[in-house]
Amino acid sequence: MSETAANAMTIPRELALELLRDMVRIRRFEERCADLYGKQKIRGFLHLYIGEEAVATGAIHALQPDDAIVATYREHGHALVRGISANAIMAEMYGKREGCSRGRGGSMHIFDAATRFYGGNAIVGGGLPLAVGLALADRMQDRPRVTAAFFGEGAVAEGAFHESMNLAALWKLPVAFFCENNFYAMGTALSRSESQTDLCAKANAFRVPTLKVDGMDVEAVYEATVQAAASVRRGEGPFFVEFQTYRYRAHSMFDPDLYRDKAEIEAWKMRGPIHHLTNRLKADGTLTEEAFLALDAKASQEVEAATAFAEAGTWEPVEDLVRDVHTELAA
Amino acid sequence: MMMTYREAMRQALHDALSSDPRVFLMGEDVGKYGGSYAVSKGFLDEFGPARIRDTPLSELAFVGAGIGAALGGMRPIVEVMTVNFSLLALDQIVNTAALYRHMSGGQFSIPLVIRMATGAGRQLAAQHSHSFENWYACVPGIKVVAPATIDDARGMLKPALADPDPVIVFEHALLYNAEGELGDGWQQVDIRSAKILRPGRDVTICAYGGTVGKALDAASELATEGIEAEVVDLRVLRPLDDETIIASVRRTRRAVLVDEGWRSGSLAAEISARIMEQAFFDLDAPVARVCSEEVPMPYPKHLEDAALPQRAKIVAAVRQVIGKG
Repeated sequence: MSETAANAMTIPRELALELLRDMVRIRRFEERCADLYGKQKIRGFLHLYIGEEAVATGAIHALQPDDAIVATYREHGHALVRGISANAIMAEMYGKREGCSRGRGGSMHIFDAATRFYGGNAIVGGGLPLAVGLALADRMQDRPRVTAAFFGEGAVAEGAFHESMNLAALWKLPVAFFCENNFYAMGTALSRSESQTDLCAKANAFRVPTLKVDGMDVEAVYEATVQAAASVRRGEGPFFVEFQTYRYRAHSMFDPDLYRDKAEIEAWKMRGPIHHLTNRLKADGTLTEEAFLALDAKASQEVEAATAFAEAGTWEPVEDLVRDVHTELAA
Repeated sequence: MMMTYREAMRQALHDALSSDPRVFLMGEDVGKYGGSYAVSKGFLDEFGPARIRDTPLSELAFVGAGIGAALGGMRPIVEVMTVNFSLLALDQIVNTAALYRHMSGGQFSIPLVIRMATGAGRQLAAQHSHSFENWYACVPGIKVVAPATIDDARGMLKPALADPDPVIVFEHALLYNAEGELGDGWQQVDIRSAKILRPGRDVTICAYGGTVGKALDAASELATEGIEAEVVDLRVLRPLDDETIIASVRRTRRAVLVDEGWRSGSLAAEISARIMEQAFFDLDAPVARVCSEEVPMPYPKHLEDAALPQRAKIVAAVRQVIGKG
């Protein structure tokens, strides 16, 4: 684990503030989502990222705008940091036509061509072969881009993970495998599902270089991603990073969370990524309490505006039910 | 010009690789081995390892990689050795390739062609004899084609590659050695319509892939008894060409559906339902089906033959619906 907490800031202060801002945006956005779920404005499955914000924030800030992102069903945070508007994401959560996926996907299927955001894949491990293919296309067309595949530790039990790691390593493809290890695959702890709980060891078996990172420390996440992405972009093949993190909320809104010790949850909350960075920035004089409150208020305003946007959104007419099953061809 | 189905398919692939640098072929043993059915023999030397990519035995990953590569601007042709192994890639084909455009609200299309051999008839026993065309043909978002003739083997790949969405091409393994005349119209074949291969007034026999030849043989035999059967090659299994099928049934007023899949939930069942929905009052007899028996494919030849649709079964079914059974 990287140990940066006790040391001075290792990234520029402006960037650190930017990371803080995005983590707070995700937190406020998702808190509002939970509230809207209770009000039945958001339906279906809703998987919150609260607690894990440092991973998407640090990692995506370390990527380039033309890199690709393949994410999971717990992807609202990734989408926000990537630059998809809160309005379009919230409207998607509502299922409105103004949503980034035209309301057809919902919480689990956020897509955005403009920012190369390839979902929103809700089959565990299902995005990984796709990421390998995106990287293959870049390789075949000589584009120095990185495809970043985010997935949980639950996915390493899937064949798709092992097949994808092997194929990417075998063909030296530019894929960054970003494992968000929150230690629970729904309700099943890592130690109850894997014979080998050292996830980097699995990647090493494919001769893929690895880093194990404190995923609650956004600076550490950023720096690890810079290193991994540079290696991938240099053509040295895939890279695997394990971000150790924790979700504060249950797996989904249906989950009574009976499988975790309350003390464990509280212990992780003490290491909260927003709390952690805020303290560091205050300690070195970069951030005042007033500035933090202003930043927080701005995030809340953005979320409220997004909610209003979603509320005002329109339902797609039923006559359009079967659109976008196939690509419409010009007559 | 006479050629084998294998040669027709080889030429189609060769054309695609020669004419579009975005096209590449990927799959198990497509390169150094030359293709498990020898369709891509010589391609590795001609087009190189970047475009003729041998893959590990990772159907899920390399089919998914084909999807990703298609999203990334390439025009991949993914060869899954047989439909039997495609079950290992079913998640990527159904949950990703078929759904992606819709889930993304129309933002992303996946111009991917997946080829696979299908069918029984070579004593390969239970795990190597499947016909799961119907599994794929029931999923919105993909197109499914089954070239059964030399013209289609030669001509279908081009429109499949030009299609902006995923297309699955089923090649019946017994057809590769079949020989026939390449017709003048092969460059005009589409991936939209069924085709009447033999006109007739008394009964419509619908077949696809490996059963088309059997249906034509049955029609020839029936002709000697004075029964004129119309043979419709379905060609496209999704979307089905209702217009051609229903128009034929309206003319002949009788239908026999031939399908190498198991009877329950078969494509033949789907077509039967459509005939009932659209031509019920034109029928003079209940629709008959000649499908595979509901048994895992046995190894001994006599039992395999008994499990599959055969010319004699088709002839018997036709006699039945005509009232001469």
